[in-house]
Amino acid sequence: MAHTSTPVRIIGLGNRYRRDDGAGLAVLQELAGRDLPGQDLPSVELRAESGEGAALMEAWQGAQRVILVDAVQAGGVPGTIYRLDPWEQPIPTEFFHYSTHAFSLAEAVELARVLGQLPPALVIYGIQGADFGAGEGLSPPVAAAVPAVADRILQELAQPMPGG
Amino acid sequence: MSSETAAKPRSRTIKVDYLARVEGEGALYLRVKNGQVADVKLKIFEPPRFFEAFLRGRKFTEAPDITARICGICPIAYQMSSVNAMEDALGVQVEGPLRELRRLIYCGEWIESHVLHIYMLHAPDFLGYQDAIQMARDYPEVVQQGLKLKKIGNEIVRLLGGREIHPINVRVGGFYRTPRKRELADLAEQLKWARDAALETVRWTAGLPFPDFQRAYEFVALRHPDEYPLHAGRIVSSSGLDIPVQEYDQHFEEEHVGYSNALQSVLRGRGAYHVGPMARYSLNFDKLSPLAQEAAREAGLGPVCNNPFQSIIVRSVETLYACDEALRIIDEYQEPDRPAVPVEPRAGVGYGASEAPRGLLYHRYKLDDAGIIQDAKIVPPTSQNQKTIEEDLWDFVPGRLDLPKDELTWQCEQAIRNYDPCISCATHFLKLEIQEE
Repeated sequence: MAHTSTPVRIIGLGNRYRRDDGAGLAVLQELAGRDLPGQDLPSVELRAESGEGAALMEAWQGAQRVILVDAVQAGGVPGTIYRLDPWEQPIPTEFFHYSTHAFSLAEAVELARVLGQLPPALVIYGIQGADFGAGEGLSPPVAAAVPAVADRILQELAQPMPGG
Repeated sequence: MSSETAAKPRSRTIKVDYLARVEGEGALYLRVKNGQVADVKLKIFEPPRFFEAFLRGRKFTEAPDITARICGICPIAYQMSSVNAMEDALGVQVEGPLRELRRLIYCGEWIESHVLHIYMLHAPDFLGYQDAIQMARDYPEVVQQGLKLKKIGNEIVRLLGGREIHPINVRVGGFYRTPRKRELADLAEQLKWARDAALETVRWTAGLPFPDFQRAYEFVALRHPDEYPLHAGRIVSSSGLDIPVQEYDQHFEEEHVGYSNALQSVLRGRGAYHVGPMARYSLNFDKLSPLAQEAAREAGLGPVCNNPFQSIIVRSVETLYACDEALRIIDEYQEPDRPAVPVEPRAGVGYGASEAPRGLLYHRYKLDDAGIIQDAKIVPPTSQNQKTIEEDLWDFVPGRLDLPKDELTWQCEQAIRNYDPCISCATHFLKLEIQEE
């Protein structure tokens, strides 16, 4: 109910007790310490989510422009940054957390596409993780990628919205 | 595949390999020899040992917030079992409106979790879709209804829990803040719709095609003289066990199994048991609301359900009950004088259990006289069901060995999915793969 009219929403996903799975949340924390464009308007909202897909579909409702940040398993070198635009390509289900239990980011994006509920502008940043075991703290390459992703998000926000 | 069905191999190994990327975690391994199942090994759950270690040295007040982070799907269950255990150790009783609010927030979590499983994960199995995305192409309104119903569960958790993902408002002794009566009024309006939608869900799931598969389980769940169990009661079983939560460790034990880093829970001297919606339902049918009982009967369920595939109907009945119960609590709610009862630390051991959406969730803590946690034990429902899932597969697979490999894999996945196993808490990355020898 709250925040339904926020134009820009940055959503970090993950669990900080599964090591690199907390990368998306670390990016949120990094952004919270930066000057966000329009932050004091307040048109940019930062939001943390667990990564459960149905909740994610609610979390982006009402936003014009959404940026998701999550840890990924894409087979790349740990710390590699990926940028995906679901309006341009489907999201590979194995890229993000996938299980027979959770309904996760990739499924949320594809289900929203089928139901016509994708945000007007949506970009996903993924950081290749190294260690998803139980515990706290990011592995060094993932920790190093966090400020870089924050930089790229700020650059992205300085650009006009695609199609807008 | 066709040649395979025509000439059945003498020896066959099927691995439903969940792990792919995370070493040492979750997989199903099936070995078939001479047309018979020779071995079933399931390793899907890693117990929350990190959290047990992480809790040592922390204050008793921190346990609800820390354990809520074990699972993104059922944080309230972890909070409730932890506050129950702490209150047991500290000799605190939480009664009246505070107790009712705990039931209310738990109803919210049941709605969220059950609806997610029913609509997004389980229903596609029965309708022959790979996933909810494919199902949504043909049944968009059904999926939309599921999402809307789930959201009402989220609203309850958000209002009472302070936050949706990692609720922070639950504390030992009660809450940090309790809602005003008028805040609950909005929820009531939404819940009336939800109750109707849940009733439709029961009817809809009752019409799904179910395999003819039943087993004689030993069901284990909480039971309370006055209510369908959510956060309180004695531990009972369908074979006559009836103990206070404090005696859990005397009757249940966790066995190390060689092929897994996980532990399998068993009843001492008896073996596998079954926790979760079917166990709760079968042990507590008489405590469901009249509306939920009637819907269950109309759906063709007796007072006991032994077909694990029909757990989707049972989850729907429990969702209906949760909506009904939430409405009752909101209707009768009186704002409490204070949000929590006072709690003073003291040395002792506390035991707590509650009914997580997936079943019995047991916590035990040892505190020193300053209330610092010396030792913690957490037994989640999925580790308790692991052995039962294996036993289901021992029975389920033999009649299906003529199926093509991909079909058999899919059916095995479904048989596992009946338990809504909490794989995501343990193994984030999951890939299914069959190999034959």
